[in-house]
Amino acid sequence: MNLSRYLKPVSVAALGAAVAFSFSGISAQAAPKQGGTLNFVVPDEPPSWDGHRETTFALIHPFAPFYSVLIKVNPDNPSSPTDFVCDLCTEMPTPTDGNKTYTFKIKQGVKFHDGSPLTAHDVVASFKKIIFPPEGTTSARVAYFVMVESVEAPDDHTVVFKLKYPSGAFLPALATPFNFIYSKAKLAEDIRWYEKNVMGSGPFKFAGREAGAYVRGERNKDFHVAGQPYLDGFEAIFSNKQAVQVQAVRGDRAAIQFRGFPPKSTEDLVNALGKDITVQESDWNCVLLFTPNHKKKPFDDARVRRALTLAVDRWGGSQSLSRIAIVKAVGGVVFPGHPLAATKAELQQIPGFWPDINKSRAEAKRLLQEAGVPDLKFVLWNRAVDQPYTIVGTWLIDQWRQIGVTVEQKMEPTGPFYARLRSAEFDVTVDFNCQSVVNPLLDVGKFLSEDVGNESYGAYVDRDLDKIFETMNRTSDEAEQRKLMRQFEKRVLDVQAHSFVTLWWNRIIPHRAYVKGWKVSPSHYLNQDLANVWLDK
Amino acid sequence: MYQYILKRLLLMIPTLLGAGLLVFLLLRLVPGDVCILRMTGGAGYVDPKAIDLCRSELGLDRSYAVQFLTFIWDFVRFDFGKSMWTGRPIVEEVGLRFELSLQIAIMATLTAILLAIPLGTISAVKQNTWIDYVVRGFSIAGIAMPSFWLGVLIILGLLITTKSVFGSPWMPPIKYVPIWVDPLYNLSMTIFPALATGYRYSAVATRMTRSALLEVLREDYVRTARAKGLIQKLIIRRHALGNALLPVVTIIGIEFAFLMGGLVVTEQVFNLNGLGKLFVASVTHHDYTMTQVLVMLVATIFVVTNFVVDIIYAWLDPRIRYK
Repeated sequence: MNLSRYLKPVSVAALGAAVAFSFSGISAQAAPKQGGTLNFVVPDEPPSWDGHRETTFALIHPFAPFYSVLIKVNPDNPSSPTDFVCDLCTEMPTPTDGNKTYTFKIKQGVKFHDGSPLTAHDVVASFKKIIFPPEGTTSARVAYFVMVESVEAPDDHTVVFKLKYPSGAFLPALATPFNFIYSKAKLAEDIRWYEKNVMGSGPFKFAGREAGAYVRGERNKDFHVAGQPYLDGFEAIFSNKQAVQVQAVRGDRAAIQFRGFPPKSTEDLVNALGKDITVQESDWNCVLLFTPNHKKKPFDDARVRRALTLAVDRWGGSQSLSRIAIVKAVGGVVFPGHPLAATKAELQQIPGFWPDINKSRAEAKRLLQEAGVPDLKFVLWNRAVDQPYTIVGTWLIDQWRQIGVTVEQKMEPTGPFYARLRSAEFDVTVDFNCQSVVNPLLDVGKFLSEDVGNESYGAYVDRDLDKIFETMNRTSDEAEQRKLMRQFEKRVLDVQAHSFVTLWWNRIIPHRAYVKGWKVSPSHYLNQDLANVWLDK
Repeated sequence: MYQYILKRLLLMIPTLLGAGLLVFLLLRLVPGDVCILRMTGGAGYVDPKAIDLCRSELGLDRSYAVQFLTFIWDFVRFDFGKSMWTGRPIVEEVGLRFELSLQIAIMATLTAILLAIPLGTISAVKQNTWIDYVVRGFSIAGIAMPSFWLGVLIILGLLITTKSVFGSPWMPPIKYVPIWVDPLYNLSMTIFPALATGYRYSAVATRMTRSALLEVLREDYVRTARAKGLIQKLIIRRHALGNALLPVVTIIGIEFAFLMGGLVVTEQVFNLNGLGKLFVASVTHHDYTMTQVLVMLVATIFVVTNFVVDIIYAWLDPRIRYK
C-alpha cells in the first residue's frame, strides 16, 4: 500500500510514518472507540433492497450493515481468498459424508431487529429462497449453488447442507455477501417483502432513507457480537459523480467511498489532505477481457485470435496503466494470489504472457500472415465508462497497431453494451468478469460454452472445456483442482484462444484517516457490514 | 380573453400527446432494457428466466401499441405507475425531488431578477461608459460560462480557501434537508447552486433588459417626458422600465421552466437530489415509465409557464388583447 507514488509536494518520509502508523493494526493503536456516525458516499442506488435478487455493490454498501450472514470473509483478513469465519454460526464445520455434508451450529440468543428470535429455520428459509427460488421470484446466484441437494434444519440451532457432490466452490459461495439471512415469518407473509423493506439481525438497524439521497442506520444494541458495532450509526449518501465523491471526502462530508478511486483522484486527495488521508490498495476480483466473436470471420480462426493476444504487452502495460487507471496485476483466468492461480513462471508459458514482447509480436504477425489477414481491420466494442474500460480499450488498440492491425473503438452506454454482448453483434468486444468472494472454481464459469455459461459471449461451443470445468468442480482434492485449472486456463487462453485476460483491476481506497477498523479486500462487495469500523476522533 | 385561455388550455393536450409519443418511441429505440441492466451488475450469472419474469412483471413483453396506450390512459387518470427500476410509485419518487428542484428554480430566478434588472438598467442608462463595459463583460462571462463548470469552481474555491484560512476544508452539504427543518443547513446547500445557475440565467436577462431599455429610451414619449422636465430616474421607473420588461418576462419565464428538470449537470455537481438527477438516473437505468413521466412533467411545466407568461404579458401591456 504505497502512498508515496501519489505524492508531489508532500514529504514522503513524514507521510510514510503516518501511513505506517495507520496500517500498524489495532494492536498497535488505541482500542476501538465507541460512538460517532460514519458518512460515506455510494456511487449508485440499488433498484430493490433484496440481497438475494440484486447483483450491485450499490445494494451491499448501504444495506449489508443491516443483516447477518452465515459465514463471511474474515474482517481482520479480508484480502485472503480462503479465510472464512462464522457470522451466525458458532464454528466453521468440517464436512462429513465424503465432503458432501456441512453441519452448521447457529448461535443462540440472536434476535432480529423487531425482537423476534433468529433460528436455524430462518437460515434455511433464506437459503431455500436463494438456492431454490420459488416460482415468481428471482435469485441472482442460483448457479453458485448447483452442487446443493438440500438444506434443512433438524432443530432450532442446526443447519445441514447436503451436496450432490463434494465441491471446493461451496464454502466461498456460502460466504457471498448477498446471502442476507431473512426472517422466515416475513418470507412466509410475502416472499417479496424484503424488496422494499429491511429487517435483519445485523450490527445496524434501519433508521430511514430518502429515495435518491441517503440511507441511514443506527446501532443495534442487541447485536450478537459483544461490544460491536462501535459506531452509533452510519449514513450512506448517494452520489453518482466521481468528482463529487472525491470532493465529499476532501470536504469531510463523507469519510470514505468503498468502491474505489482512480490514481489521479487519490493523488489529488493526498496532496490536498496529507496526513488526514489514508490510502489502502488491493488487487481486485475484477478483470477486463477482450473476446473475439467466434462466429465472425476471420475470428473463427484460432490463429487470428491467438495473434491478438500475442500482440498485447501485459507486463509493460501493468507498469504504465496502473498510474492512470484502476488496473495493475498481470494474471491468468484466476484471481492473482489465489492458490489456484498460475505462478509467474506458469503464466509466461502462455501466449500473451511471454517475457519477450518482440518475439511475441513477431509470432503474432506470422500467424496473421498464415491466416491470410496481415492487414486485419476490425471494430472493438467497449463500454462507455472511463475507468478502466476506455483506458484499457485505447491501450489495446495501440498494442494491436504494433502488429499492423487497425482497430476502431466504439463506445456504448451500459444498456446497449450489454444488449450487444448478449446478441453477439460484434467483431471483438471488451468483456469483464467481476465477482464478489474469490471463488475461482465458479468464477471461471465465465469462459464456458455459450449454451452452458450465461456469461459467455464469444459465441463458441467447447465441450472439452466444459468437461474440465465440471470435473474440476466435482473434486475436493486441491492438487487435482490446480492441475485441472491449468488445463482449463491453457485451453481458454492458448489452445482454443477463446477469450483473453488483459489486466486485473486494482482497488484504491483513499479515506479519512480517522476511519479505523475497516480493511480493504479484493472485492467492493466484501467486508461491508461495518461491525468493526470505528472513528478515531 | 376567456376564449383565448380555453383555447390555450385545449392546445396543451395535443402538445403533451406529441411529447409523450416522441419520448415513448425514442426510449424504445435504444437497445437494452431495464431487466438486463438490473441483473447484469457484475457480469455475474443471469438466469434468462429471471429476465423473462422481470419483463413480464413490467409489461415489457406486451406490444408497443399496448404499452403506449396504457401509458397515455394512466397519465390521463393521473396514475403514473411505478418506477421500473425501484418498483416504487413514481409520484413518491418525483414528489421528493420536485420540492428541491422548485426551491433551486425559485432561488435562481430571484438571483437572476435581482441581478439582471438593476444591472441591465444601469448598463443601458450609462451606455458606452466604463460601467456599461463592466456590466456587459460580466454578462458575457455569464453566458459563456456553463453553470456546472462554475459550480465546480465554486466548490473547489471553497475547499481551497477554507483550508488555507481555517486549516480545514469546507464544502456545501451533499445531503438535502428541507428549509423548514433546518433553514441554515438548507441554505448552505442551496445558495451555491442557486448562485451558479442564477448568474448564468441573469446574464441572458441582463442583456435583454439592456437592449430592450435602450430601445424604449429612444421612443418619442420618453423624449417628450424629458422635454417636460421629468428627471431621469422617474422617466426610467415610470415610463421606460415597464415597457422594457416585456421581453425580459418572457426570457425569465422560459428559463424558469428550464430550471425545473433541466439542471441535470448542475444537480450532479452539487449532488442535489432533484428532478435533473432523477432524469439522468432514469435514462441510465432504462426506466421507461419514470423517463416518460418526467418528460411529460417538464413538457407540462413548459407549456403552463409559457401560458402564464402570455397572460402576464397581457396584464403588463394593456394594448395586448387575446382573442
